[in-house]
Amino acid sequence: MVVAIALALPATLFTVLDNLARLSGSFGASAEISLFLQQDASAEQTESLTANLKQDPRVGALRTISPQSALDEFKQLSGFGEALDLLPQNPMPTVLVLSLSAAATTTGAAEALLEELRAQPGVELARADVQWVQRLNAVLEVARRGVLIVGVLLGLAVLLVIGNTIRLEVENRRDEIAVTKLVGGTDRFVRRPFLFEGVWLGLLGGVIAWLLVYTALVLLETPVSRLTGMYGSDFALRGPGFGGLVDLLSAGAMLGYLGAWAAVGRQLQRADPV
Amino acid sequence: MPQMLFMDRVSKRYDSGQEALSDVTLRVDQGEMVFVTGHSGAGKSTLLKLIALMERPNKGRVVVGQTDLAKLAARHVPLHRRRIGVIFQDHRLLADRSVFDNVALPLVVSGYSRRDIGRRVRAALDKVGLLNRERQFPVALSTGEQQRVGIARAVVHKPPLLLADEPTGNLDPDLSREIMHLFEAFNQVGVTVLVVSHDLGLIKRLTHRTVRLEHGRVL
Repeated sequence: MVVAIALALPATLFTVLDNLARLSGSFGASAEISLFLQQDASAEQTESLTANLKQDPRVGALRTISPQSALDEFKQLSGFGEALDLLPQNPMPTVLVLSLSAAATTTGAAEALLEELRAQPGVELARADVQWVQRLNAVLEVARRGVLIVGVLLGLAVLLVIGNTIRLEVENRRDEIAVTKLVGGTDRFVRRPFLFEGVWLGLLGGVIAWLLVYTALVLLETPVSRLTGMYGSDFALRGPGFGGLVDLLSAGAMLGYLGAWAAVGRQLQRADPV
Repeated sequence: MPQMLFMDRVSKRYDSGQEALSDVTLRVDQGEMVFVTGHSGAGKSTLLKLIALMERPNKGRVVVGQTDLAKLAARHVPLHRRRIGVIFQDHRLLADRSVFDNVALPLVVSGYSRRDIGRRVRAALDKVGLLNRERQFPVALSTGEQQRVGIARAVVHKPPLLLADEPTGNLDPDLSREIMHLFEAFNQVGVTVLVVSHDLGLIKRLTHRTVRLEHGRVL
């Protein structure tokens, strides 16, 4: 059980990270750049800019917000409707909202495009919404490292726990080991059943760990989907899946094998001074 | 007769400082039956342990068959032990295994097939007169019977050299005689037998070579 929890903890953290990474990935894909055009930009300038952008492979979708529709939207949302009517002219610029294509979702490409657009004639301001996604990615990277370290430490714990269990078992069967060696049993012969047991313990721990992670996900699923639903996202949690099960099992089996090996090795040396 | 065992000026001192054997030279020919006697603490058990490689000597050479044990690599130690059968005073049977499984152990570790194991174990149990007890556990047997199971385990893989450490230590005279006759029977079919015992009365009646140890020296 301790083995299972020690394995389940990093597995849970990895799953959480995996889901966060996917979440930020889906944001990254929808990263947008807003181009605010100068007030006095001519219709032709707007036209040619739009045409150029449409041909640019880095640009996914392009949406134009005319000054009039921007003003209408602002009136509706801000509640300044009547005050705005007093203005002599529409203060809103034309805004081009472009989302990046899949080819340009890397942060470097987005930066380059941003710089390029700033230099275009008629562009007042270009702003990208990718910065916080970058920050999230950086945070995730740190977290990933952290989980890796915690995972290694907990793996060590699994090693010790299984090693200790096997050591007790070896202790209980000391007579048997001594007699087996006396009648010509090799170290390999003595070691074999204990290695089996270590691997079994590891596998069992892996299965239970997987079930624990799975249960946690099922418990989280409903609230998470309600939360993401509020943000208009169809994001859904993804479990460790079959690959995760295989990973957990192999990690458990390997740690069990190593732990058992170490535990029996010590006893074998003590049982046979020659 | 070629030699089966040769100990050449062997000394063994334990870490505690106790000198168990000093300068012991002993030769046993193939097919011989030899008794080793002496007071407790005279080094009799140490002698057997050196032969079965449960201990290493500090000085001197131990040669079993053609093999100099000092030159035996660690991975060949199990093979060496398979050529020897050892019987202990406390028989050292495994309490959680049946008589059959106890006797089968030397064959199992040597990788015999299941059919061979069954055949040989029954043959060994037959020799010690316990064929009908194979399913029982050691605790269900009397001391004499347990000792006979120990003997069956020691001979089941037909070793050319049989070592016995006080095999009659816990037995009454009748049973002791019975056990010794068993060893003689093995000796008659060519097995070299080395018996450590302090039962001088019994040994005298059996006409075999006797080696006396006193304070770690051969007298």
